[in-house]
Amino acid sequence: MKRVRLGTGAGYSGDRIEPAVELAEAGDIRYLVFECLAERTIALAQLAKRRDPSAGFDPLLVDRMAAVLPACRRNGISIITNMGAANPHAAGAAVAAVARFLGLGPMRIAVVTGDDVTGVIRARRDLVLEETGAPVSGLSDSLVSANAYLGADPIVRALKAGADVVITGRVADPSLFLAPLIHEFGWAADDWSLIGKGTLVGHLMECAGQVSGGYFADPGYKDVPNLARLGFPIAEVGADGAATITKVAGSGGLISAATCREQLLYEVHDPARYLTPDVTADFSGVTITELGHDRVRVAGAQGDAWPDSLKVSLGYSDGYIGEGQISYAGPGALARARLARDIVAERLRIIGLPLREVRLDLIGVDAIHGPELSATAPEPYEVRLRVAGRTHTLKEAERIGNEVEGLYTNGPAGGGGATKTAKEVIAVQSTLIPRDLVTPQVHLMEVTP
Amino acid sequence: MKLRDLAHSRTGDKGNTSNISVIAYRAEDYALLEATVTVERVRQHLGALVQGEVVRYALPGLGALNFVLTRALGGGVTRSLALDAHGKCLSSAILDLDI
Repeated sequence: MKRVRLGTGAGYSGDRIEPAVELAEAGDIRYLVFECLAERTIALAQLAKRRDPSAGFDPLLVDRMAAVLPACRRNGISIITNMGAANPHAAGAAVAAVARFLGLGPMRIAVVTGDDVTGVIRARRDLVLEETGAPVSGLSDSLVSANAYLGADPIVRALKAGADVVITGRVADPSLFLAPLIHEFGWAADDWSLIGKGTLVGHLMECAGQVSGGYFADPGYKDVPNLARLGFPIAEVGADGAATITKVAGSGGLISAATCREQLLYEVHDPARYLTPDVTADFSGVTITELGHDRVRVAGAQGDAWPDSLKVSLGYSDGYIGEGQISYAGPGALARARLARDIVAERLRIIGLPLREVRLDLIGVDAIHGPELSATAPEPYEVRLRVAGRTHTLKEAERIGNEVEGLYTNGPAGGGGATKTAKEVIAVQSTLIPRDLVTPQVHLMEVTP
Repeated sequence: MKLRDLAHSRTGDKGNTSNISVIAYRAEDYALLEATVTVERVRQHLGALVQGEVVRYALPGLGALNFVLTRALGGGVTRSLALDAHGKCLSSAILDLDI
């Protein structure tokens, strides 16, 4: 029976590059997929593109392609990636330039567009934010970007057209992996059961090392070998949609039933209704079986009709965040850090800073889970005060860090290592739009030798 | 005994909603998890960290529970003032539950 082997080359924008090279060279794979777009990435990329029309794609695109393209071309591996971010056309041109520079042509690059729906969002008055129910039109001037999650279809079309590299903007993460399966096996787009199974494969693979032992180790409870050389996952998929998750022999990490279960539920809400543009997937009946060392079989996902709407991520300017930190150590560290916290709280009142929101945390004590869960913990040797506040202007945000830094000469004894930052916030919320308002397009570019 | 002795966990984030899986190491412990790691206990344990609802999905076939916590991430990773804006450390908080 025909089986298709896919590898994940990246699970986020800043991910390690060597595991992708390892997969291209020794993974015996047909497709290498890079998932590099977090919720906010595309909004930040949109801002970069406004400043420079040739920017706005993943900052590591060129490095990644230069590293993997030679082995991919040699071994007949097609690349699929959403590293196009806010500017897939410029990303395509950048990949073409890399290919020409390395003498890797002829090659066909496909650029997928149509996810940018800013015009649609601005024209509609009836849309509401999923998170709050407030009208989207309320964001008006602060709106930076609006990108619909595309599904597998335009990538399938690109592969049918013979693309060696497919570059997209916003596409649902699992769809990047589902597309080559649809293409290879000729699955019908409305064979919901198979589409559900392919979506499970994509979901398990989309965070790269997170299924192969990354983000899993807990010494003494869950030990994972050689995380410094973590191998990224390979899915070996059959025409029936069942898959084996594995990795390159000798690479670091671990693929077990437990690593697959953790990733199966990662970022999932109702496991029986996992919504993507391609399907309403049902992971509730999935079976996970260890076949051998670093080989796990996953089967039994199901699916139902795709949702009528597509999710749209809206990036918008949301004011500024200012932050300051300072450390205290040794005997009495906690008491001095608490005094420092009280002083800054009072200072923020005295100077009358118009704060929309503020928090004053003690790192090492209560910064992560608050005062209740940490109440019975022993006193730490060192504590770091962290003050973060939301303001309307950059100038106001800067004053927060200044008040923390001012503890050097105005605060408790022995404060050290003060740092301060102030930044603009591009926040993201989402809305739903009818799918017929989104028209994905595929553009082909030829790289000649 | 701590939940950590029986189960492992991972947190995911989407917008202002967090999900926390609780997965039995051994299939035979799943029934105990289902009986003891309830919505009420999770809500009580996490206290003010969760401003919205707590919903639990049971997956006996995988020996796992999945908790979905709304309004739990300070407005979402893209705007939260929290040090752990993703809420990724919530999985470790859950594993501290007494069983």
